[in-house]
Formats: sequence, structure tokens, C-alpha cells
Amino acid sequence: MTVTTPQNTPVAEVPKSSGTRLVDRVFKMRELAILAVFLVMIVVTQLGNSEFLTEQGIKDLLLNATILVLVAVGQSLVVITRNVDLSVGSTLGISAFAAGTYLQGGGNAVVAVALAVLLGIGFGLLNGLLVSLGQVPALVVTLGTLYIIRGIDSIWVGSRQIVASGLPDGFVDFGSGGISAVPYLALIAVAVLVATAYYLKHFGSGRELYALGSNPEAARLAGIPVRKRILMAYTFCGALAGLAGALYLARFGNVDSSTGNGYELTVVSAVVVGGVVFTGGSGSVYGAALGALLLTSINSVLPALGVSSVWVLAINGILLILAIAVDRVVALRVATALKKRNARHG
Amino acid sequence: MTHRSDKGPAPVLALKGISKSFGAVRALRDVSLELFPGEVHALAGENGAGKSTLIKTLAGVHRPDSGQVLLDGEPTVFHGPADARDAGIAVIYQEPTLFPDLSIAENIFMGRQPRRALGRIDHKATHAATLALMQRLGVELDPDRPARGLSIADQQIVEIAKALSFDARVLIMDEPTAALTGSEVARLFGVVRTLREQGSAVLFISHRLEEIFQICQRVTTLRDGAWISSELLDGMTEDDLVRRMVGRDLDELYPKQEVEPGEVALSVRRLTREGVFTDVSFDVRRGEIVGLAGLVGAGRTEVARAVFGIDRWDAGEVDIDGKALINGAPSTAMAAGLALVPEDRRAQGLVMDMSIERNIGLTGLRTTVKAGLVDRGAERSRSLDWAVKLQVKYARIADTVNTLSGGNQQKVVLAKWLATGPKVLIVDEPTRGIDVGTKAEVHRLLSQLAADGVAVLMISSDLPEILGMADRVLVMHEGRLTAEIPRSEATEETVMAAATGRAAA
Repeated sequence: MTVTTPQNTPVAEVPKSSGTRLVDRVFKMRELAILAVFLVMIVVTQLGNSEFLTEQGIKDLLLNATILVLVAVGQSLVVITRNVDLSVGSTLGISAFAAGTYLQGGGNAVVAVALAVLLGIGFGLLNGLLVSLGQVPALVVTLGTLYIIRGIDSIWVGSRQIVASGLPDGFVDFGSGGISAVPYLALIAVAVLVATAYYLKHFGSGRELYALGSNPEAARLAGIPVRKRILMAYTFCGALAGLAGALYLARFGNVDSSTGNGYELTVVSAVVVGGVVFTGGSGSVYGAALGALLLTSINSVLPALGVSSVWVLAINGILLILAIAVDRVVALRVATALKKRNARHG
Repeated sequence: MTHRSDKGPAPVLALKGISKSFGAVRALRDVSLELFPGEVHALAGENGAGKSTLIKTLAGVHRPDSGQVLLDGEPTVFHGPADARDAGIAVIYQEPTLFPDLSIAENIFMGRQPRRALGRIDHKATHAATLALMQRLGVELDPDRPARGLSIADQQIVEIAKALSFDARVLIMDEPTAALTGSEVARLFGVVRTLREQGSAVLFISHRLEEIFQICQRVTTLRDGAWISSELLDGMTEDDLVRRMVGRDLDELYPKQEVEPGEVALSVRRLTREGVFTDVSFDVRRGEIVGLAGLVGAGRTEVARAVFGIDRWDAGEVDIDGKALINGAPSTAMAAGLALVPEDRRAQGLVMDMSIERNIGLTGLRTTVKAGLVDRGAERSRSLDWAVKLQVKYARIADTVNTLSGGNQQKVVLAKWLATGPKVLIVDEPTRGIDVGTKAEVHRLLSQLAADGVAVLMISSDLPEILGMADRVLVMHEGRLTAEIPRSEATEETVMAAATGRAAA
């Protein structure tokens, strides 16, 4: 066998950064595709019902999406690490009730929000500790905490209910108010979304979340503090679920022991429809937010078109399957493209 | 260990009297090793000799029970992989550990990215630094492409770049060449030589002895967890090295028995799978071992898969004992007496989390199932029978397969298929990544099977194995059979000429 030095190993010219462009393009395409579906849906609905996109109509669309966007952003971080948090619905419910109880007693609105977030952080920490230390699949652990938190909620709340009339006027007004068609709540969600996206892209610990979702063993060998990062993702997810609880209270003013029941599945759907890969390591919070916007908008679109809302769930399901199918096809295409590039220079 | 007394520099990394046990198993007993800057040092030993444990001790994954790790002569304790990395020790594992979703640049700098103000990652600097590393290694890889889909060879380059990026002074390579083609090995060795000239110490592990002699200056041999020798390779022969590894003179590595071939058992006629292989025809007779040689990617494995029915063929015919097989139906192929021992035993040959007995039992479910239920007793006795015949080394037959060494895993795959009593056995890379001792056993077994009248088709990239074991050598090049060479005329030159397409069939 002859041995060549690396200098004269023949290698073909590879266009610089073509990989970035390819990958970026795919992911941007993925997000653009949801945006396109969303826009088409809105335009079609508007054509069928000219009353749809009034100022109030737009405001409702955004308001409806806000809470799901927040929880989906938190969930994305967890899913990126190849885990899942099923307890977000329960956390949302209990923090909404906690904030409501405090406000009914004449509390300060900012403190109420902080209280909800802290409660969320607490449950997030619990999940994170169980998953990272217990080495138990997240699906099972958070299914457990889903029921535990819901159980605590039921015992504590009983048949009580919080209604808008018991809350400070300013709080309720904030929940439904906004700058023309843009609700305040949506501004909060957008601020959280942009900050989270920036963090994930530009900070080491953010990239490490992707790394450990992509290959946990490699992450360990690279010296990434795996447990700490998972704990962090869950804590953040819990905090956003808590914040979403407070905003839920502000928006609807009505909370009981079943608030947030079954919400976790909607959240996971939004995240997956938005292109965050369920097996970790890939996806963006922008995608998840778009997924949330798309799913909640269907709720408004169908009635506007005179279609019975019983179709909503079925359509959500179809979107979910479609999204996964598209992801799979795109992944295969990308893999083939990358292999071909190898062949050229290997 | 006195061979280096004439050399100036002190060892950059040394192990002194290291012992490490896992439960009752003493993986390392009083092992010492010195790595000097500017040398490529081979670590030799059979599977289970303690090489992996030694590497993991150097990498900070395991902490020794006793003994010292010396870094520049100073005793050091590594509390984890990050400690070893910070000390300038890089390990390139046999199966590279990359993040498939992240770019090459991110893979290299994960956890150590250049920063801008406020602790933000400097993506531009990361990109530039990666480009510089690629230039230093003399390879063209786009820093921004994701690691997904990179060939094993390129993944190793990324791992080496990672090592360079933190100025690793010690590079540990665990069987880096096991999955590489000849030209990729040449490129890797070029890189290793460059690193050595730049003053790095390289610890090199390979089962391919010729590679050890090609690239290394010194060798440390382990046997059963104990240190045997550390010496210069200059003046040693492969036989010397094998003797140190095995502890005795090895029985013949290629114990080929002369067998008079019987009638044709497997007949393949004009087999074609579009874009993969074309017009492949050959016979394998009872008692014959036919070698199928060729470069990686020539289509050998694909032919075997089609013959067995895993992939469909587009044209042609496969006969066993004169009866045609149905296209794309492995179960009928098995029923006709065909067995295929696949190339990748971990992914295709074994259920790693299942016990030895059940893995062997998988192919026998037809016979051990009674009234819809598996007769566990029958399964166990059948599995035990074969495990003993093949001398599989295990603690309990109910242990999971992933507790076994590579060589013993390969024996379990063989047992699983031999238990079906095949007339035709196709083995794909039967000895890849297993030690010389087990290799000789596998060869003896194949030879014995042939003598018992089984027709054996052996795919192998190991030329000495092909030349040593095959009665006839078929050579494939780019999806076509380019040569059929009888044992008497088969040499490295004739086979390689056909494999690279330089000779007419």
C-alpha cells in the first residue's frame, strides 16, 4: 500500500458554506412552509368571510395563540434535549389558580405573575431532577408529575372557581387590551420568543442543549454538564408554563380545577408541527411558535367558515401526521444530498 | 521499558502500576505505559486484554483502583473526560462520537466556542478556526455542513481536528482504521505522521498488525489485563508480536483443509440489481470456500443480501441444489438451507440486549415453537449446544450479548446461523474487528464446515484471509465480477489488480 501525505491527497473543491446554505435553507423552508400554510388558510377564510380579519378578529387570533406559543417555546427546549414535559398543562392550571387566589385577596398583579412563574419553576425543577438524576424516561416521569400536580390542584381547588369579577380590573384589562390589533400578551410572548431564540443560537449553553439532544453520549464525552442542562431546560419550560398560567388568568379570568387539562398534547403537537424533531437535536423555537399559531388559528378559522368545530381535533391530527411525514421526507432528501457531496470529495 | 533511556524528552503521559477491577473482573493488573512526544506507540493485545479499560483510564472515564497517572512526570487524577481533555489528551474512539445535527465547526468547538462580548458565541471566529484546522490537516470539509452523513473516515478527521483545536499533546486512537478503505487509511496515516512530526504523542490501537508495523515506533503489549512488554518495533516480526499477545505460538491462522468439492450447492445466474450490481454469475460447490474480494463499495454485500432475499433483484436467478429461490423472500431462502452472517453484527446480526441463548434461538423458532409458545427448554439446550461447540466465552448463557467481547459476539452470530444446519453459508467480513486468537478459531470453524460439506461464500476485505482460506477467489469491481482466480494463482497482486479494475476478467 502506498502512503500519501495529506497534502497530495486528492480532494475535490467543495463550495464554501454550501452546507450552511443547504441546512439553513431546509430549516427556513420548514418554517416558511408553516407560515405559508397559515397565510393561505387566513386568506381563504377572509375570502369566504369578510368579517374574519377585523381588528378584533386579528386580535383574537393573536390572543388565542399567545398562551400556546409561550408553553410551546418552553416545551421546545425540553424536546430539543431529547426529552418531553407532559406536565405543562397541570403546571399551567395550578399556577393560574394560585395567581388568581392571590389576586382575589387583593394582591399586586406583578407579584401574582411572579408567583405563577415561581410555582412553574418549582415544578420544572422537580421534573428536571427526576429526569436527570433518576435516569428514567421523561415520558413516564412527566406523565407521573402530570397526575401528581393535577391531583394537588384538584384537592386544593376543589369545586372553587376564580371568576373575572373577583380580579383587579387593571389585570383583566391588561389581559384583553393591546396596541390597536396587537394584544399586550402577544407582545410578552414575542419578547420571550425572540430572547429564547437568540439565547439558543448565540450562547454556549444553548448550543449544548442541541448537542446533548443530538448525541447524549458524545455530549458526555465532550464534557457538557448533561444533567445541569436538562435541569435547566425543564426549569425554563416550567417557568414558561407558570407564566402562561398567569396570562391565562388575565386573558380568561376564569380558572377552576380542570384548567389546562389535556393541554400538554396540544403543546407537543404545536412543537412537532413546528418542526422541532421529537428525537432531539434539531428544530427552532420560531418553528414551534408558528406551529402554535397555526393550530390555534384553526379554532377560529373553522367557525368563520361555518364548519363545525368538531373537525378541529381531526384537522390538528392530520396536520401533525403531515408535519412528521414532511420532516421524514426532507430528512431523507438532505441525507442523500449530503451523501452525494461526500461521494464527490471522498 | 528501558529502551528510551537514550532519548532526551521525558514522557508526556505515563501510567505507573495501574490496576482496575470491575466487580470480580480484574481488567488491569499493574500496567505501566510511557508515551513520549513525537512517537506513535502501538497498544497490542487480544480482545479482552484490557486495551479499552486502559484507554478509558487515560481519557478520564475510569479512575484506577491503584497506581498513578503521570502528566509531564507529575501525578494527576482525572475526575472526568473534561479533566483529561484539559490536560491535552484526546481520544478518538472506534465509532466517532459526533453530534449529527450540528455543523462540523460546532462539533469541533462544542463547549469551547470562541466568545464575543457578553459570553455570546463568535460564529465567525469558530468558522475561521475550523477552516484553519482543515487546512492544517490537508482536507476539504465544509465547516458549516452538518456531521450527519459524513463517512466514518471524515468523522475521524473531525475528531482529529477537535483534538488539534485544543492543542492535544496526546492523541489516543482506538481502532481508527477498522471501517476505513485503503485510501482512507493512507490519508489517516498521513495525518498521524504530520502530528508526530509536530511533536504529539499518539497511542494507536489496531487489530491489523501490518498497520502497527507501518505507522508505529514502539509497542506495548497487554495480555489478560497484565503488562507483557514495551519495546521498539524495529527488528520485531509479526510472529513475535502475536506470540506476546497470545502468550503461545499461535496455531496456524489459516487452517485450510483440502476438500474435494462436491456438486453445486449455490448457483447464481446473471443476477442484476439496477445501479448496484450487474450480471453476476457464480457457483459455490459443497465443501468449497469461495472468497468474494473487492474494494468496499464494489457491491459484494449487496449481492449477498440479494441472494438471501433481503433486497430484491431485477434480473437473474438464484438456485440452491438446483431449485430456484423466490425473489426477495429470506424465509424461503432459509428454508432452502441458506444462511447469511451479516457484516455488521451489532446492527444486523444480534439483538444486543437479549441473552445469548435467545439470540442463538432466534433462527430456531420454527423448530422450538410448540403450540404457539417457545419451548424454552429446547431453546436453551440447542443454544448451549452451539455455544459450547463454538467455544463462546461467557459467564452465563442467560447473559445479554452486549456483555461479550467482539470476537465472542461474532461466534454467537455464527452459532445462530449454524444452528439452522445450512447447506450454504454466506459470511460477510467474518473476522472484522476481532482478535487474532478468535480469528484463527473462526477460520478453523469455516474450514471444518466446508469439510463437512457446507458450501461457504466468504466476503472479506482482509486479503490475507481471502488468500489463506478460499479455494477460489471471485473479485468484484464496481458492481461486476471482474475475475475468478483459483487458489493456486491467487496472490495479492492478481486480486488487487482485479479489484481495482486494472485486469481483464
